[in-house]
Amino acid sequence: MYVAVKGGEAAILATHELVAEARRGDPAIPEISVAQIREQQALACARVMNEGSLYDSDLAALALKQSQGDVIEAAFLMRAYRTTLPRFGSSVPLDTATMSIRRRVSATYKDLPGGQVLGPTYDYTHRLFDFALMDSENVRVGLDPTISGREARPSTTHPSSGDARIKPEHHAAPLDAHMPRVPDILGAEGLMEAEEAPEGDPRPFDLTRDPVSFPADRDVRLQAMARGDEGFLLGLGYSVQRGFGGSHPFVGEVRVGEVAVELVPEELGFAVDLGDLTLTECQMVNQFQGSKDIAPQFTRGYGLVFGHAERKAMSMSLVDRALKARDFGEAADYPAQQDEFVLYHSDNVEAAGFVEHLKLPHYVDFQGELELIRRIRRERDERLAGEQDSKEPDAMPEAAE
Amino acid sequence: MNDKTPGSTEKTPRQIWMATLARASRSEIETLLGAPPAHEVLKAPETGTVMVEGRAGGAGRRFNLGETTVTRCVVRLSNGRMGFSYALGRDHAKARLAALVDAQLQDEAEGSALHGGIARLAEHQTAARQRASRKAATTKVDFFTLVRGA
Amino acid sequence: MTIETAIAAGFRDPVLQSQTAFRTLLAALSEPGIVHSIADAIAAPEGLHQASAIALLTLADYETPIWLPQPLRDGPTGAWLRFHCGSTLVDDPARAAFAVLDAAAPEPKLSAFHPGTDQFPDRSTTLVLQCAALAGGEALVLSGPGIPETRSIGPLGLRDGLVAELQDNAALYPLGVDLVLTHGDRLLGLPRSTRIGEAR
Repeated sequence: MYVAVKGGEAAILATHELVAEARRGDPAIPEISVAQIREQQALACARVMNEGSLYDSDLAALALKQSQGDVIEAAFLMRAYRTTLPRFGSSVPLDTATMSIRRRVSATYKDLPGGQVLGPTYDYTHRLFDFALMDSENVRVGLDPTISGREARPSTTHPSSGDARIKPEHHAAPLDAHMPRVPDILGAEGLMEAEEAPEGDPRPFDLTRDPVSFPADRDVRLQAMARGDEGFLLGLGYSVQRGFGGSHPFVGEVRVGEVAVELVPEELGFAVDLGDLTLTECQMVNQFQGSKDIAPQFTRGYGLVFGHAERKAMSMSLVDRALKARDFGEAADYPAQQDEFVLYHSDNVEAAGFVEHLKLPHYVDFQGELELIRRIRRERDERLAGEQDSKEPDAMPEAAE
Repeated sequence: MNDKTPGSTEKTPRQIWMATLARASRSEIETLLGAPPAHEVLKAPETGTVMVEGRAGGAGRRFNLGETTVTRCVVRLSNGRMGFSYALGRDHAKARLAALVDAQLQDEAEGSALHGGIARLAEHQTAARQRASRKAATTKVDFFTLVRGA
Repeated sequence: MTIETAIAAGFRDPVLQSQTAFRTLLAALSEPGIVHSIADAIAAPEGLHQASAIALLTLADYETPIWLPQPLRDGPTGAWLRFHCGSTLVDDPARAAFAVLDAAAPEPKLSAFHPGTDQFPDRSTTLVLQCAALAGGEALVLSGPGIPETRSIGPLGLRDGLVAELQDNAALYPLGVDLVLTHGDRLLGLPRSTRIGEAR
């Protein structure tokens, strides 16, 4: 039974003031602006957009500012805001092959059509602190001292001998406008599991509108993972690699860039281009031994997320492949292969709500438990005392002392 | 390949300018429009969401990726011409201005100053995209294979 | 262009106006039979009462198919609803989330609309029933949730047999359609949970 507890209004108002003060920190330090967070903490904003399931970098930055950088609290703010908005419709399905590429790498093909483009990545940094970022403002130095701009030659110097690392952009030709997705290259040879839209290209299930039931279809699983917690999916993806789900994954491709999103409003009847979304897509390629019905081939896992969020996209694609176990007649022995386990626990706003509600008043429930424990103990003591009496009538405890 | 994918179909001039307006800033559209013409607001600027759909594996089954904020507005000029704006984000003033530009562009002849202005805006956007693409291209890898065990 | 120039403006302030109207609709359906005024500064399209127009503008969107009688569907009302709500207009009453019906028209019967399913009774059609007046007709005595004892209404211009249809609809509970009776800027709610008797 739920019993409401009243009181504490003044204390709650006071805590609102205190949290505002804590959020501001030392007033002698300049306040951070939402635009600064949006521009300079873009990867954090991407995570908030994904887990908040709402693409809007300004709002993500505001959420981070308001929550003092607590990503899950920020995602919660996004989710709450989203519920106040009307929905105008669903977009035309995105075509990631038309992405304006900022980064694209493959671990399976060296010479892929369109080329490997490293883009902005921390992969090749040395993970050494760049203290220049700490002491001065407005220094545009490299990511760490080993490639810091302070030590680089002036940008006017013409690079020698075609070293791609220092090629200034005005010498580079723009990338191809249309870059084929890597698994489609293997697909052309028939070695890759086909990804085709089912008959009639059905409208996808929307877990924000309808209750999920199990076994969950792929569209439900992908939607749940796209809004799921990065850490949870990372852990599950890692578990698959470590042997809790036996897979041999290769990154077919990771790509980051801008994709136009289109809507066909009912009153216009034609597609309107709404602008560009920054997205990260991962195609994970997995070996498959084959079964009675299916010839040995490569299978795939798919990840697609808002913003530049490679780790999330990769984790999602690993778990997506693991969740296909049933489709391929594989045993589903491990957590990452079980849709109910993955989908029910991936949402960090739900998870945080249920875990954190434990700190709210449970006084009455606890009183009940307390009464129960006291009664059981009393009964146990009485029972034990009764047994003592009947077994050893001569040896009373008092006498022993 | 699916012929219905965006980009593969031929766009109408109106679709192209609406795309340009969606990517333009409020101040760019304000400058482009000049003094706003007399008009009636049919659908007041309103922020809502659009559910973004992806496809499994890039080309397979549709799924819901998540929502994005979108702001729309519909206006009508005194001659009855309607202008629409649908764009990412939450800028109400921009939505109204863009809807007015859409209405006027439909009314004006191809060589008008406004058509010239929107074409220049589109060129700037293309140039910015190309610049970003060239920056990315500087990080393109030129592999050379090391022969091992020779 | 003719349809385009005919379309009248919707809400000036979509958030506040739709919230106010939603509150009124909620009150009307939770206290069946009480007449509410839903006046607001919108120009309803020809064929729709002001209250009907505001109710649909508030409730309908691209995910709620609407059924309209043929003349309304082919006229300004159809264009107006598609424009403002983004709703698709359907032929089959059983597919409609919302429908507008003239209380005097002989067809379609209430049973032609979607009564919901055992698993999702909320997916039934909500009907906007446009009446000649909300008072002055034969008295109907309402009882059920939201009504202390009984409450009387007298909508005017109901087709023959509509009361019996309403009684059959109520008997389907928890399935059945919900109705909003409108005239001008006034409306009253008649949800499936309300039992209907004729005055003795």
